[in-house]
Amino acid sequence: MNLTDQINAAWNWLTASAHWSGSDGIPHRLLEHLGYSALALVIAAVIALPLGALVGHTGRGGFLVVSFANLARAVPTLGLLLLVVTVTSIGLTPVIIPLIALAMPPILVNTYEGIRGVDADIKDAAEGMGMKGPGVLLKAEIPVAMPLILLGLRTAAIQVVATATIAAYAGIGGLGRYIVDGLSRKDYPSVVGGSVLVVLLAVIVQVAFIGLRRALVSPGLRGSSRTS
Amino acid sequence: MSVLAADGEPLIRWNWIGDHSDELTTLTLHHLKLALLPILFGLIVAIPLGIMCVRWRWLYPPTLGVANVFYGIPSLALFMLFIPYFGIGSGGQADFTIILPLTLFSLSVLVPNVVDGLRSVPEPVRQAATAMGFGTLRRLVQVELPIAVPVIIAGARVAAVASISLVSVGVLIGNGGLGQLFIDGYSRDFTTPIIVSCVLIIVLALFSDGVLVTAQRLLTPWARTRRSNG
Repeated sequence: MNLTDQINAAWNWLTASAHWSGSDGIPHRLLEHLGYSALALVIAAVIALPLGALVGHTGRGGFLVVSFANLARAVPTLGLLLLVVTVTSIGLTPVIIPLIALAMPPILVNTYEGIRGVDADIKDAAEGMGMKGPGVLLKAEIPVAMPLILLGLRTAAIQVVATATIAAYAGIGGLGRYIVDGLSRKDYPSVVGGSVLVVLLAVIVQVAFIGLRRALVSPGLRGSSRTS
Repeated sequence: MSVLAADGEPLIRWNWIGDHSDELTTLTLHHLKLALLPILFGLIVAIPLGIMCVRWRWLYPPTLGVANVFYGIPSLALFMLFIPYFGIGSGGQADFTIILPLTLFSLSVLVPNVVDGLRSVPEPVRQAATAMGFGTLRRLVQVELPIAVPVIIAGARVAAVASISLVSVGVLIGNGGLGQLFIDGYSRDFTTPIIVSCVLIIVLALFSDGVLVTAQRLLTPWARTRRSNG
């Protein structure tokens, strides 16, 4: 099967009406996939955003945070998933835990680096205007660091959406079902079709973050994008 | 180990490690090969590509777009795409089913970093090099690329750690280095191999990271003379 055959097979699979309804239908699996991804991303953000902001603001524990994040990046997601499944049981928890571990490092590091990198003059100006620590953080540092914070969230979101396919290994749904079940049935159109859906989802996430950037980043800061 | 799983089985049986040291060594070496060749290939592609993207600015947005799309593909799916060309299994040609997709993943980190690194070269430095009679090529090789090294290596570190972790997914198509032990453990409800391979993968990542940091220090001797948090 060469590339053209793969594309044709995926197209036929995607456009078959039987694949668009029921509990194994694309809309249902897509919602499941988005659900796991969003849950993991929100939990990771709730932990990592305040932690990164605090460490960046106080300047204390930065080395620890970056080292921890690098270590967490090295943890193999599949191994963590299978470990948690083996120790506990099949279900939502074993899926969410590795996805949170995957999402936290980019959010944490980018938030920390973003806040830490805010120009000292800006902080001085904020203090000169009478702001105290929290005010400086909320009104000056976070808005200035916003492009980098969003970049961290975007990286995390894309990784989570692509990796949530492993949910199928914990016996629950999501787009990974098409890939994993297709693999075991040697049903390659299903594998390629499922993969195409995940890629589309990742592209949609990218576009959504471009919109979010427009909405959240102060006009004065646009164009100052850095990669991590 | 005092921590027990629910059914009273210890999380780790230490004697298993000694009994399987040969297998662990083989899998570790194979894992390193599958994970680090992509970084090497990635650098070989990303450096010229990044140079071109800096020189012809219009080339960068589409290149970045394609690289970002690769980043969003589940690794398993990308492995599948290469099975028809290199086959399935471990060793020989089939290794490329893992190595080439990981090379594509590494590009999504390496290309932006090469571009950012080259763009971070201060204009006065460039002008000074030109004033000293450096041609474009010599200026690139002797001035711009060395200054870009820290940013390029920062990208290589992220790519290497990600690659070492992602190789293990290859086990689902029969070639995942240490990931093999995930499935061995999972199918027998036995946590020791899963934990051991996770720890070995983390150790490999830290080791490669250390090697890259050392490489950066050797390649940028001037950075050592002043204090930097590089």
